[in-house]
Amino acid sequence: MATVTHSKKACAVNPLKMSAPIGAALAFLGLDKCMPLMHGSQGCTAFGLVLFVRHFRETIPLQTTAMNEVTTILGGLDNLEQAILNIHKRANPEVIGICSTGLTETKGEDVDGYLKLIRKRHPELDETELVYVATPDYQGAFQDGWGKAVTRIVTTLCEPRPRTAWQVNVLPGCHMTVADIEEIREIIESFGLYPIIAPDLSGSLDGHIPETFLPTTLGGASVEKIRTMGGSAVTIAIGEQMRWAAEALQEKTGVPFRLFDRLTGLEANDDFLQFLSELSKDEIPLKYRRQRSQLVDAMLDAHFFCGGKKVAIGAEPDLLWQIGSLLTEMGCEIEAAVTTTHSVLLERIAAEEVLIGDLEDLEQRAAGCDLMVTHSHGRQAAERLEIPFLRMGIPMFDRLGAAHKLSVGYRGTRDLIFEIGNIFLANLHENQPDSWPLPQHERESLPC
Amino acid sequence: MSALSSKVEAVFDEPGCNVNQGKSDKERKKGCAKQLTPGAAAGGCAFDGAKIALQPIVDVAHLVHGPIACEGNSWDNRHAASSGPKLYRTGFTTDIGDLDVVYGGEKRLFRAIREIIEKYNPPAVFVYQTCVTAMIGDDIEAVCKAASAKFAKPVIPVNAPGFAGSKNLGNKLGGEALLDYVVGTEEPEFTTPYDINIYGEYNLAGELWQVKPLFDALGIRVLANISGDARYSDVAQSHRARAAMMVCSRALINIARKMEERYGIPYFEGSFYGISDTSESLRNIARLLVQQGAPQELLARTEALIASEEARAWARIEPYRARLSGKRVLLITGGVKSWSVVSALQEIGIEVMGTSTKKSTREDKARIKEIMGDESHMFDDLPPREMYRILKNSEADIMLSGGRSQFVALKAKTPWMDINQERHHAFAGYEGMVELMKQIDRLLYNPVWTQVRRPAPWEENS
Ligand code: SF4
Repeated sequence: MATVTHSKKACAVNPLKMSAPIGAALAFLGLDKCMPLMHGSQGCTAFGLVLFVRHFRETIPLQTTAMNEVTTILGGLDNLEQAILNIHKRANPEVIGICSTGLTETKGEDVDGYLKLIRKRHPELDETELVYVATPDYQGAFQDGWGKAVTRIVTTLCEPRPRTAWQVNVLPGCHMTVADIEEIREIIESFGLYPIIAPDLSGSLDGHIPETFLPTTLGGASVEKIRTMGGSAVTIAIGEQMRWAAEALQEKTGVPFRLFDRLTGLEANDDFLQFLSELSKDEIPLKYRRQRSQLVDAMLDAHFFCGGKKVAIGAEPDLLWQIGSLLTEMGCEIEAAVTTTHSVLLERIAAEEVLIGDLEDLEQRAAGCDLMVTHSHGRQAAERLEIPFLRMGIPMFDRLGAAHKLSVGYRGTRDLIFEIGNIFLANLHENQPDSWPLPQHERESLPC
Repeated sequence: MSALSSKVEAVFDEPGCNVNQGKSDKERKKGCAKQLTPGAAAGGCAFDGAKIALQPIVDVAHLVHGPIACEGNSWDNRHAASSGPKLYRTGFTTDIGDLDVVYGGEKRLFRAIREIIEKYNPPAVFVYQTCVTAMIGDDIEAVCKAASAKFAKPVIPVNAPGFAGSKNLGNKLGGEALLDYVVGTEEPEFTTPYDINIYGEYNLAGELWQVKPLFDALGIRVLANISGDARYSDVAQSHRARAAMMVCSRALINIARKMEERYGIPYFEGSFYGISDTSESLRNIARLLVQQGAPQELLARTEALIASEEARAWARIEPYRARLSGKRVLLITGGVKSWSVVSALQEIGIEVMGTSTKKSTREDKARIKEIMGDESHMFDDLPPREMYRILKNSEADIMLSGGRSQFVALKAKTPWMDINQERHHAFAGYEGMVELMKQIDRLLYNPVWTQVRRPAPWEENS
């Protein structure tokens, strides 16, 4: 329905987009006992670290190969080798997740080749998994980096195995919060199925307080568990960004997949639960029947306030699709939609135009809207326009509990609808004496 | 040798730095940057450093030439405050794509500058170089020159790509850009014998405004603060100051020295952290101004102000003394802040059980040693695991550090206070010390600690 356009500007103003390498790094942070390693100059890693620390309010293990001008020109083999050895020595992770950056990609480093060499030279690393993903900064956005990393994780670690009928893989996109993942796990388990979730930020970045201190991630999908994904009955992929990974896993292990482009909204969850019910041959649990009717009731209550409201959304494609679809289903009109990168979903969004652009573009298009939805960086624009603001996506550094914001499942959809409805309720326009002015020429037709 | 590498070498060869003067020629060439250990490094890049130093100039547009990583992942993450213009908080980047990498990004950069000038018309545009665009050979100096001529507006190249070195080097390269292209390009409307510059104060959380009233009271005018809450013109006119103060260790020492060399502006190194440090700095400023020809009576007025402000500060701190004395602090920070905060804490009887000296210079370390009495509690590099152990064993009552190690403290269920870049509280001058005590008190005595440290009943029984 929407025309997809690309911003013609040479200068991005107030970026909406973040880089692919840190998207990949976040995927690695969803693995247990992992150390993500960015192959590039140290500054990129420092920025990524600060960004995640501000969003999750957690310690973030993240390392760099610390390339400089000279090593970049000479080639990064030595730095990569040293970095891996140092990490092995100091933190001894089960897996090191390596992502490249713009710097090393511009040079055209053969990291796959380097890793073969390093493996040969250092048998002491035999017990350590090395997963490498190429993520040049100048290609794609955050969710692309995440998607590529998950693809490499499953293709590196999974092998075909004998099937277990009740075991299902879950590949969540990076727009799924910790709370979302927990909810999905709970739903799947309630059908007597056993989900293996990778990456699993709900294990590593959920804010638990461990009794010891580890320099690596603590919790998340373990290598051992990921290996068993080759023996699952099916893979559930959440978000278009996970299609590559689901396809690659199918190709490698033969496990078929079903992709849900979102799990927010009544219909989307009906499909999801129906699918689980067919898969498990179990009835829909009473709990969810009840939650469904609560959601229906919430929709009825909220539609008065949502109908006809104009909204402006700035988000990565999968999140844009998720929240945009829900708002459309509630009767809102998407006045402005800005996103970061290409996706097959963009054309299907119920807006006239979806623009691959920045927050300046969103601000220009959002004037007069009733709501702006984007990550925390949009707060200044919303303030300037004096319109209500709903924070969604990464980074969310000016609110607590970003990771625990739930918006999937019947329950999550219900709460999100309440939140949005309440924003509209709090901002009802009161009529004023001059709310209904006559056109200028009629006003002037009065005798003086 | 490229323009950048000769610049880097020149910056490293800093005669104003006495560490550097103690080195052999060969050592000096290598620069003061420690070789980074791959897989065990954590600092920001030179671009980051340059941006830290210059972004607080509030009325100019800061344009980052590079892929989305450099600006997209980092913009809007500091709290340098502005009393007026907000343009410095807008993130501008060329966000280059594959095609630019193949064909070069200079044309896009030029168009980006044009777009900014047409849309925002700032007094100047600062253009930051980054790794990828440096690698592909984009000549930002040439583009800035062409754009300056075309649009009749200063377009300032800041050539500090990340891979050139550390954040600290970036600070200095940022300073070089000001010296090369900005300072001395405008004349102030009038000058007074009381005009000063401050170098290296970024007005984080508005700290400049904790000390500015002191200058106002003395009739001292801050001609240019480089760079917190600065306007482009302030910096352009800063060569007419009579004296200067350099804060924040040696981040902008090159500015201080070259301003002295070129324009005869004497400077001293001081700090606004801590009561006695603040007083000492005020005294030094007055002394320098008088030495430069300001009326003698400034000295007496300064002493009078110091006496009354010190008394006022102590009176306000007094209520905290009993509550805070004997508490043990673990202090993790770098450079000048370490020693000035240490002495401030000791002034009211807080015990500093340890401090990190990772980013401190040799001289800083000597100062800390002098203040702390011995070296046993100075950690060169305290790994998070060890930090956690100290806190978990209750060897400290509170940790003061930067945001990154925050969660090490919180996971050990120990109070923590932010004293780095990202902090929201202002701790400068006399006001700042009162605030510091108030904050430490508030954190230490929050009832939350007794609750979170309580084991769950079922854990207690088992
Ligand atoms: S290290 Fe280079 S590429 Fe990375 S953020 Fe710094 S300037 Fe940008």
